[in-house]
Amino acid sequence: MEVFLQQLINGISLGSIYALIALGYTMVYGIVQLINFAHGDVYMVGAYLGFFATAILGWPFLPALLLSMVVCAILGMVIEKLAYTPLRNAPRIAALITAIGVSLFLEYGMMLLVTPQVRTFPQVLPEVQYKLLGNLVITNRQIIILVVTIALMLLLQYIVHKTKIGKAMRAVSHDKQAAQLMGINVNKTISATFAIGSALAAAAGVLVGIYYNAINPLMGIMPGLKAFVAAVLGGIGIIPGAMTGGFLLGIVEAMVSGYGKSLYRDPVAFVILIIILIVKPAGLFGKNVREKV
Amino acid sequence: MMSMFERKIGRQIGILLVLAAVWGVIDFMIKGGILNPYYELNLILIGINIILAVSLNLINGFNGQFSIGHAGFMAVGAYGAAMITIKAHLPFVIALLVGALLAAICGILVGLPTLRLRGDYLAIATLGFGEIIRGLIVNIDYIGGAYGLSGIPKLANWTWIFWLTVLTVLVIWNFVNSTHGRATISIRENEIAAEAMGINTTKYKVMAFTIGSLFAGLAGGLHAHYFYTIQPNTFNFLKSFDILVMVVLGGQGSITGSIIAAIALTIISASLQKFAALRLVIYALLLIIIMLFRPQGLMGTKEFSLKMFRKKSKDKEGKQHGTAIGQ
Amino acid sequence: MALLSVNDLSISFGGLKAVSNFNMQLHKNDLAGLIGPNGAGKTTVFNMLTGVYLPTSGDIQLDGKSLVGLKPYQINHRGVARTFQNIRLFNDLTVIDNLKIAYHSHARYGLLGAICRLPGFYAGEKEIHEKSMELLKIFKLDHKYDELAKNLPYGEQRRLEIARAMATKPRILLLDEPAAGMNPQETHELMELIRWIRKEFDLTILLIEHDMSLVMGVCEIIYVLDYGQIIAIGTPDEIRNNRRVIEAYLGEEAS
Repeated sequence: MEVFLQQLINGISLGSIYALIALGYTMVYGIVQLINFAHGDVYMVGAYLGFFATAILGWPFLPALLLSMVVCAILGMVIEKLAYTPLRNAPRIAALITAIGVSLFLEYGMMLLVTPQVRTFPQVLPEVQYKLLGNLVITNRQIIILVVTIALMLLLQYIVHKTKIGKAMRAVSHDKQAAQLMGINVNKTISATFAIGSALAAAAGVLVGIYYNAINPLMGIMPGLKAFVAAVLGGIGIIPGAMTGGFLLGIVEAMVSGYGKSLYRDPVAFVILIIILIVKPAGLFGKNVREKV
Repeated sequence: MMSMFERKIGRQIGILLVLAAVWGVIDFMIKGGILNPYYELNLILIGINIILAVSLNLINGFNGQFSIGHAGFMAVGAYGAAMITIKAHLPFVIALLVGALLAAICGILVGLPTLRLRGDYLAIATLGFGEIIRGLIVNIDYIGGAYGLSGIPKLANWTWIFWLTVLTVLVIWNFVNSTHGRATISIRENEIAAEAMGINTTKYKVMAFTIGSLFAGLAGGLHAHYFYTIQPNTFNFLKSFDILVMVVLGGQGSITGSIIAAIALTIISASLQKFAALRLVIYALLLIIIMLFRPQGLMGTKEFSLKMFRKKSKDKEGKQHGTAIGQ
Repeated sequence: MALLSVNDLSISFGGLKAVSNFNMQLHKNDLAGLIGPNGAGKTTVFNMLTGVYLPTSGDIQLDGKSLVGLKPYQINHRGVARTFQNIRLFNDLTVIDNLKIAYHSHARYGLLGAICRLPGFYAGEKEIHEKSMELLKIFKLDHKYDELAKNLPYGEQRRLEIARAMATKPRILLLDEPAAGMNPQETHELMELIRWIRKEFDLTILLIEHDMSLVMGVCEIIYVLDYGQIIAIGTPDEIRNNRRVIEAYLGEEAS
């Protein structure tokens, strides 16, 4: 029971990271039907920006987080404008291949820039452990991850449901042409979606840097893929689905590590992916649609 | 007039002679120590990459599916074949066959449930399968686990790799240029229409996937027995992306395109070997630029042939003739 | 006995009845029409007949054997071929390859013959090529055999789609709006063609069409569908004077 509760705590922290990245995947897919493979790498760039702000500029946690989010939001918009906009009417596979290209570019471009060496995050938030019942431990970092994640999710819900740009995003994802006819600036809305998604990924990157202390240029690949699994699990294109999927996947992974071999952590995520794709490709929260003949 | 059959046979013998000459000259140079081992290594890599690219092209280019887990099937072939020679001490041919068949079986296992999925979902599923295969290998100590498997006898050489590359291209070429190949292509063109025209689309999707995986497994077996050591990380999705770049650059749906791209990219990567990160940045830019400016790749769905030039001049004649009649 | 008999065929999408209690008897060599206002459920009937949709209830029998639950390609093998309302050609392939694909289920060589290039392969390919050219000639497309399907003008694309369906050697041909987008001259030629192929290939034809001149001109029996239900069956003359049919069409225009 203790192992279970401890892994539950660890799983929720890990799941927060997945959920934050998954949100960007799901929002982008919802609006342009593109699996933005480069999304995991935006998270990596976010982590490096956080490292830059804290280790080199010596900034505290919150300003570093904000800087990283703002810069990645711009990065997301630039990627969308340069690589994806020209392909908006091309076959989806063409856009997918481009996304893979952008992903490789960010990974190895970063490697050229900062070398493949693993960097250690400075101790911006010295770890404090709180003992709960018995040997159960929760750290201040885990609490901060959860608090920041929940705050960002609430903010996202507010943006999507209460603001003009959020309404535009929902309209465009529902029917791009109709939205355009209603006077919505589709290009601007898509840009905004990329910006918001990328900012969330950047936040995840900074949080992970603080949580695990170590970052490297290829750190975005696995979490990126797993966040995608989380998005599919919840139903791609559905915001609450991505959140749920992220937390679920984080918890499952923590349980596998806690009870079995931690080397099975990665395959398990993909087994979940395959099962969900076969059994319910629309995800836990999704509805099945069929092509009109 | 010679029958179509006889004419074809004549052409095939011609091609065979050219291939035999290429093989013979290079074999002589290798055995005589004239060819630098570095060039030999690259020729070997070119052969293996052609097998990988052409077999992936069957799935992605001709069938219109989208697999990005090809390295996973290569891994199955590599480990399968290596286990046969290391543990069972059976001949190389049997090892290659077993490796390829294991990969093909995995292809069926992956194909049957996932081929219902649409393009991008299928892509993710194949990527997931590639990672699951790698994850399983890492966790099985009997086959070396995360450290990899070494001590595989070096049984593959230029002769094996050259002729198996030829065999792969021939089999896939003959498949594609037959009624079965047309059925495969029709699914790429319009799946609903294909099904309505009596094509068992599930069967042909699984078939393309199985044949593609079979040859990826063959390439894996050759790789293992040339480099005598294999690691799970050799077959990660960067390897899958490598193969994908070849197929996309050459043209999805062009076998000769894949061959040209495999040769070109193998040479480019060899010359950039010391700058691993730079190589991948170049690959990445290549992918993006192709998609933005020439999404059909070098060859599109056309095949390279000497006739291409002849046909063009004929077309011109035909057109002039046409206008003459029109007047 | 009827060649194709459809009994009480119904289908619902999420509780909405798209077609209910559809009955039809097609005899050998019939040339029947299925008409009705937009959204009446005509294409849905075709989709059920060809296995694209699984009916909620009812039965479809060809020669006394049920087609319900078979996949589209299996139904095609039983002898039912179709065209599509929104043309679905193999766009990036040549005209002749479009037909050769449809000949696939009649090819006389196997996988091994193809890969090893056994003599049977060459004979089989020759036969497929010749038969395809013959069909193209009938549909006056033989001079364009080497062009890409997408480059044909609209009317020719519709003709190619019918030719492709014929290449599967059907007993029953279902045409979904074959004259859509054609000018009167082309429509007239299409009528002649439809009559001719029925006679030549001993075919049974069911067609959906909005062009009344075509329907009234070629069909011997007409089924009228409105809101998923048959409201009239009869000869062109009977249908022309049927009150309910006139109301259905006028009602549509009035709304």
